[in-house]
Amino acid sequence: MPLLEVRDLTVSFHTSDGLVQAVRGVSFDVEKGHTLGVVGESGSGKTVCTQTLLGLTPGADVSGQALFDGRDLLRMSPAELQRVRGARIAAIFQDPLSSLHPLYTVGWQIVEMIRAHRHIARSAARARAIELLDMVGIPQAASRVDDYPHQFSGGMRQRAMIAMALALDPDLIIADEPTTALDATVQAQVIELMTKLQTEFDTALIIITHDMGVIAETADEVMVMYAGKAVEKADRRTLFYFPHHPYTKGLLESIPGSTAAGERLRPIPGQPPSLISIPTGCAFHPRCQYVMDRCISEVPPLFDIAGGHTSACFLPTQILGLGEDVDRERASAAAAGRAENGAAARLAARATEEIETAGVHLPDAGVLAGAGMSDRSRGPRTSQNSPDDAGTQP
Amino acid sequence: MTALPHGTSPAAAAAAAAADEDDALLTLDDVVKHFPIRRGIVIKSEVGQVRAVDGVSLTVRRGETLGLVGETGCGKSTLARCMTRLYPLTSGRITFDGHDISRLSPRAMRPYRRQMQMIFQDPYGSLNPHRRIGSIIGDPFAIHGVADGPERKRKVQELMELVGLNPEHFNRFPSDFSGGQRQRIGVARALALRPKLIVCDEPVSALDVSIQAQIINLLQTLQSELGLTYVFIAHDLSVVEHVSDRVAVMYLGKVVEIAERAALYSTPRHPYTAALLSAASVADPDRAAVRQRIVLHGDVPSPIDPPSGCRFHPRCPKAQEICGRVQPDLVPVLADPPKHVTACHFPMADGEKLGPAPAEPADAHPPGIGMR
Repeated sequence: MPLLEVRDLTVSFHTSDGLVQAVRGVSFDVEKGHTLGVVGESGSGKTVCTQTLLGLTPGADVSGQALFDGRDLLRMSPAELQRVRGARIAAIFQDPLSSLHPLYTVGWQIVEMIRAHRHIARSAARARAIELLDMVGIPQAASRVDDYPHQFSGGMRQRAMIAMALALDPDLIIADEPTTALDATVQAQVIELMTKLQTEFDTALIIITHDMGVIAETADEVMVMYAGKAVEKADRRTLFYFPHHPYTKGLLESIPGSTAAGERLRPIPGQPPSLISIPTGCAFHPRCQYVMDRCISEVPPLFDIAGGHTSACFLPTQILGLGEDVDRERASAAAAGRAENGAAARLAARATEEIETAGVHLPDAGVLAGAGMSDRSRGPRTSQNSPDDAGTQP
Repeated sequence: MTALPHGTSPAAAAAAAAADEDDALLTLDDVVKHFPIRRGIVIKSEVGQVRAVDGVSLTVRRGETLGLVGETGCGKSTLARCMTRLYPLTSGRITFDGHDISRLSPRAMRPYRRQMQMIFQDPYGSLNPHRRIGSIIGDPFAIHGVADGPERKRKVQELMELVGLNPEHFNRFPSDFSGGQRQRIGVARALALRPKLIVCDEPVSALDVSIQAQIINLLQTLQSELGLTYVFIAHDLSVVEHVSDRVAVMYLGKVVEIAERAALYSTPRHPYTAALLSAASVADPDRAAVRQRIVLHGDVPSPIDPPSGCRFHPRCPKAQEICGRVQPDLVPVLADPPKHVTACHFPMADGEKLGPAPAEPADAHPPGIGMR
């Protein structure tokens, strides 16, 4: 039985602008000792999804089920949840400075956290705090334990957060963008530390990030989220080398230096949708080059592809991977699902054109004329109402 | 420590030799920027200096993209603001297009401001939320008295079209736009006066990956269409690798290595460059699994009291006694071509693997106090 079993989790918020559908029916499992990577752009619902599990989204409408060790987190009383949170499920957040209280020493905060859950003497808790700081690689832990958070560097603060997360030997750690605020060399240290400690303690880990590089190094399984839904789930290698969903493919192709990206990056056209007005059908359809007629009206379920690999896309399940040959197969399969000159055909043409021109419209004359550049060859012009503008509607 | 010479004359000579003299658009010669630390309320006394940029010499060639990488607090953003003379220099010389601009008054600086522009990291923080984007993009025209009334509006709309914004959105406010579109507004404003040089300070760091790729492609297209020169600052090494022709690596206020992109990424000479490159995350599970990561211990020391000699020596796996005493010059090493310069006493040979770094720095400086 998986350690954590989330079924059909739906979270929405009432705001003055309308109903924000942050998470729309997400299901996933986390096995003991495994790492689940959750990846997506800002506003894809990845953070709301896990914060809801910890009861950190007050005022939200929540439905679904989240069985942790057989008990539903979403139906626990605040007191029960309090006992689970911190002790059995720990969390590490993006910004370690705002997660630590600036007026208390780091050691005091760790001691307090231990004593909130365990009845042990202050001195024993303090000894444990020093031991933990030493374990996460804080030099001279016995004296640094009395430092305030501002006396720590960014990397050390994140290490202190990891120490705090490990303090009570939890079964599951949720790390939300744990390395985003850190420099590359410090990020490398923190990732190395987390994976080492994870194997040592056999802890399950959920890593939420927008950085495919972090996923490539840590995750066993990966879930890609878009507009509040899981669009593709697979083990790490399958996701990177044999993606099915056009959004996953687009993410991989946008990363500079990745094998998928060539000399010129292939960005995903347009902007992520607002969670108040989510497009009909597949939420990704306005940005997809392979949009078909049914994508506009029908919501694609997660189709099984092979051995735990699922994808919410109507394209034939055998078309997997990256590269021009596969893209051609995708394009012809998609063309077969479109009526000529229908809405889908127009959307697809626009998306393809925007990827190729990258949104550069060279004007006919004017600004550049004086610079002697007016007779340069001009790039193809795209429609004025490109999907790029969709996000500007108030 | 303050008595140490900056060791720049040979470095400056090498940097000058590295670049084709005629081709230089911007030349920095021993640029220093120190920020005083003051104590006291009524009677202020200077108790120290943050040595943010401490003797940097480099050349930016016409039409190229020079990438500038380094960790938080290494002085790369301060250097960018020195380049565009947004900060007065403590000492040193900046030559732009053949003119010495390092001591010009704000008034005398004005004609040069038209030719050098900046794009900032936070596209929202750099746009006034109470003003319409048409007037924000039109500001450079107003300040420099270039165009007025309907002509200004026409020029602004052309710029908006150039960067992929809908010109009809002229009257909207910054809050009506998404992050990527706000960065396009920043690009449009930078382009307004047809500058020769654009200094981009972390232009894509705040954006999502898919949007980041849109802006990178836009910057590249504009460069080839308009013949722009870029200084591109980022902490994301794969972004810098993608856009740059040459790359300069900074550590604690100094440039430790400059080389053409391919040379720097394939044969880094400075141990810090090697460590930095090895730490970059790779979005490819198989490559990530086989690469050898050099994990540096400790944190970047404080720029208030930087280590003596080579500033990297307390964290360097190859450091020897001389490294703590003598500051190395930025020169070609190990039969490198003149355009590949490194400031290291013991540069890395081709294919050399760095051993583990010293676990505890010998003369431990308090790690990173007051940084970030």
